[in-house]
Amino acid sequence: MSTPITGHHHILPLRVYFAVAAALLVFTVITVIIAQFQFGEFNLIIAMIIAAIKATLVALFFMHLKYDNRIYAIVFVGSLMFLAVFIIFTMFDTLRRGDIYEEVAHPLQDARIYHQAPAAPADTSHTPAPPAQAGH
Amino acid sequence: MSAFLAGGIFALLIRLELISPAKEVFDADGYNQVFTLHGAIMIFMFLIPSIPAAFGNFVMPLMIGAKDVAFPRLNLASWYVYLTGAGFALYAIFTGGIDTGWTFYTPYSTTTTTAVIPMTFGVFVMGFSSIFTGINFVVTIHKLRAPGMTWFKMPLFVWGIYATALIQILATPVLGITLALLIVERFAGIGIFDPAMGGDPVLFQHFFWFYSHPAVYIMILPGMAIISELIAAFSHRHIFGYKFIGFSSLGIAFTGFLVWGHHMFVSGQSDLSSVIFSFITFFVGVPSGIKIFNWIATMYKGSISLKAPMLWAIAFLIEFSIGGFTGIVLGALSIDVHLHDTYFVVAHFHYVMVGGTVMALFGGLHYWWPKMWGRMYNETLAAIAAVLVFIGFNVTFFIQFIMGTQGMPRRYYTYLPQFESMHGFSSIGTLIMAVGYFLIGGYLIYAIFKGKPAGPNPWKALTMEWEIPSPPPHGNFEGTPQLRHGPYDYDKVVADNAVPEYMHEPHR
Amino acid sequence: MSHTAEPTTHLAHHFSDTQQQADTAKLGTWVFLLTEVLLFGGLFCFYSIYRSWNPEIFHNAHKFLNVGLGATNTVVLIVSSLTMALAIRSMQLGERRKTIWFLVATFLLATTFMVIKYFEYSHKIHLGQLPGQWYTFQGVEGTNPHIFFSAYFMMTGLHGFHVLGGMGLITWLIIKTARGGFSPAYYTPIEMTGLYWHLVDLIWIFLFPLFYLIG
Repeated sequence: MSTPITGHHHILPLRVYFAVAAALLVFTVITVIIAQFQFGEFNLIIAMIIAAIKATLVALFFMHLKYDNRIYAIVFVGSLMFLAVFIIFTMFDTLRRGDIYEEVAHPLQDARIYHQAPAAPADTSHTPAPPAQAGH
Repeated sequence: MSAFLAGGIFALLIRLELISPAKEVFDADGYNQVFTLHGAIMIFMFLIPSIPAAFGNFVMPLMIGAKDVAFPRLNLASWYVYLTGAGFALYAIFTGGIDTGWTFYTPYSTTTTTAVIPMTFGVFVMGFSSIFTGINFVVTIHKLRAPGMTWFKMPLFVWGIYATALIQILATPVLGITLALLIVERFAGIGIFDPAMGGDPVLFQHFFWFYSHPAVYIMILPGMAIISELIAAFSHRHIFGYKFIGFSSLGIAFTGFLVWGHHMFVSGQSDLSSVIFSFITFFVGVPSGIKIFNWIATMYKGSISLKAPMLWAIAFLIEFSIGGFTGIVLGALSIDVHLHDTYFVVAHFHYVMVGGTVMALFGGLHYWWPKMWGRMYNETLAAIAAVLVFIGFNVTFFIQFIMGTQGMPRRYYTYLPQFESMHGFSSIGTLIMAVGYFLIGGYLIYAIFKGKPAGPNPWKALTMEWEIPSPPPHGNFEGTPQLRHGPYDYDKVVADNAVPEYMHEPHR
Repeated sequence: MSHTAEPTTHLAHHFSDTQQQADTAKLGTWVFLLTEVLLFGGLFCFYSIYRSWNPEIFHNAHKFLNVGLGATNTVVLIVSSLTMALAIRSMQLGERRKTIWFLVATFLLATTFMVIKYFEYSHKIHLGQLPGQWYTFQGVEGTNPHIFFSAYFMMTGLHGFHVLGGMGLITWLIIKTARGGFSPAYYTPIEMTGLYWHLVDLIWIFLFPLFYLIG
């Protein structure tokens, strides 16, 4: 049967596959070598950038996203965007939990709220006034 | 529907217990089991699957002129997987039950001695059922529309099902990993959620609600999708603002992913995230509001027929508006600090889930029942049942808003004496609702066997499912369906209760 | 509609032509991959949070991972992606025997991956570098060093589970190809398994630096 001609059956030349595989291997070597150096925080960023480049190569060429209908790329990138929302919004919480200690250490300075004794002596339905000093 | 019955029985048991502060039937542990099972069964076994599975599968392909869904065997697998998951859930009920609340919060869920693992595994399995359905519907709607059926010629029911399917595929996997982590934690003591081992119990809540908030939109969007059909058909009018309604479904789906932390305002999460989630929560109401306004505008100057499906749709408009507004109230951070875990929250979500989804579901049931079985039900009984449920529902739940603002906590089997009369009133409402529901079951089942023949289009509606015989033949359509008018062209076309001419033409 | 006499086009009744059927399968597969991204994504979120809370633990513990084995596994999976892509290409050109050889090569590389993983896991089990309450190793400085290993086992474990699944699919493909079940007009299952396999490779591309190369 002769080679099909519809767009869906787009056949990449062999050299493209080998070039991409070679690039992936080269980037793997690079990332291992760079990890031997101490760049502090940047180690993670650099490693992730290299991983992202490798992932893009796999997605574009091995998974044919470059040559296929755009919808598949939209699906893939969409999934990554929602994942990013999940991680980022959760980290708004996990990275900033400590903020509360800052706030407790420096309460509002409105003296009338914190230092005035209860006005009605027989008023037992209110909770007692909080301690007058800042913090616990 | 059997899940609805099971969940409903648990609901009756809850209200039975709450008639008086003293122990009626259950002690504290027993009551914990009852409300947990009511919640878990209703949400995972009824609300999430029901409208997509029952109506999505039946009606959606018809509406887009498809002969089947994209992956029929995946569809069947979805059903079997659901049954398997339900099997595990049943096993859990009979081997110790669960008492954690349907939310399975750690650390209680990792340490309680009840059957958490079978139940969460059952839910995990049922999640796959939901994912399969989501994949199937997304692909079906993209690829299997009849020639000429562009995106903006589809009925709005399909838009709603599409948005629902998007949420199903994006959110449910995270539920999967959440429950898997919970099971691993219980089984192997890994310490992910255990502070003594460096873990964080609030992290469970983030993981859980990342799914469960979009899940509530999985529950309501199909209901809204049905309402679009009912309002247009029974006002005999072109739907007002078609594109707005269609896009608002997508808007709800998208924004729904950004607000999950509003369930966690008092959990100990950072103030920054609480503020962000509260702010975004206010935007979630906008697309829902757009829908309500457009539906009402559709009814304006329409030729309204108050048949049973329309009664349910009108009930939906009232109840969902109340439920939606109270959701925004709860989204306000400062207010939620006081109302969290009170009956106000219980009332809010019952207004949207029962007043919203269940009423829409019954509207759809009454609308498509003649298409499914080819027979009509008794209209008078249907109207009586709708009114009974409406009254019973409001008697049950409206007073719970008031109880909540006065401080009645949720998930408590006993309470202060000041709440006794309100609880009693609420429980009476449940009985009225129950009568209504059983009546519906009665006349609908009777109609299957003894109802008057319905014909293909008893409502004279214009979406494609009404152009084929009732019940539909195998393969749905003869040949390739033609799109001859829009789904809401009531100003241009008058339908009658017969299969259209072109459907009788020889196979093309 | 295609009038080819090929018995292997399998045009189902609800599709109007084979192109629509093939495109539908592709969209379905990509949507499925989306769910896999979100599934693994949950664990990546877990990793991000616990690493941000315990950077020293992650740094100290990772030294006990063998970078050589990890890098080898990375290379193994990259090459297996190549062989998988070449298997598809061979069937596009109608070369049945080459298709089978490339599929077998992919399978063997996957097996290599799992064997290396087996050695890594057994070494850790031997040393007591296990998740959670099972952790008994003494050589990592800091509180709660087991967190790193919890993340390691869960993420590489779920990944390995998916590798095994892929191996099962590839086996089925080998058998079906040998029986003449595919042709240039119909090779959809090979292509879809390929997409799945490339995702498995993709995930490892991220797992490798996150566990083995913490600077």
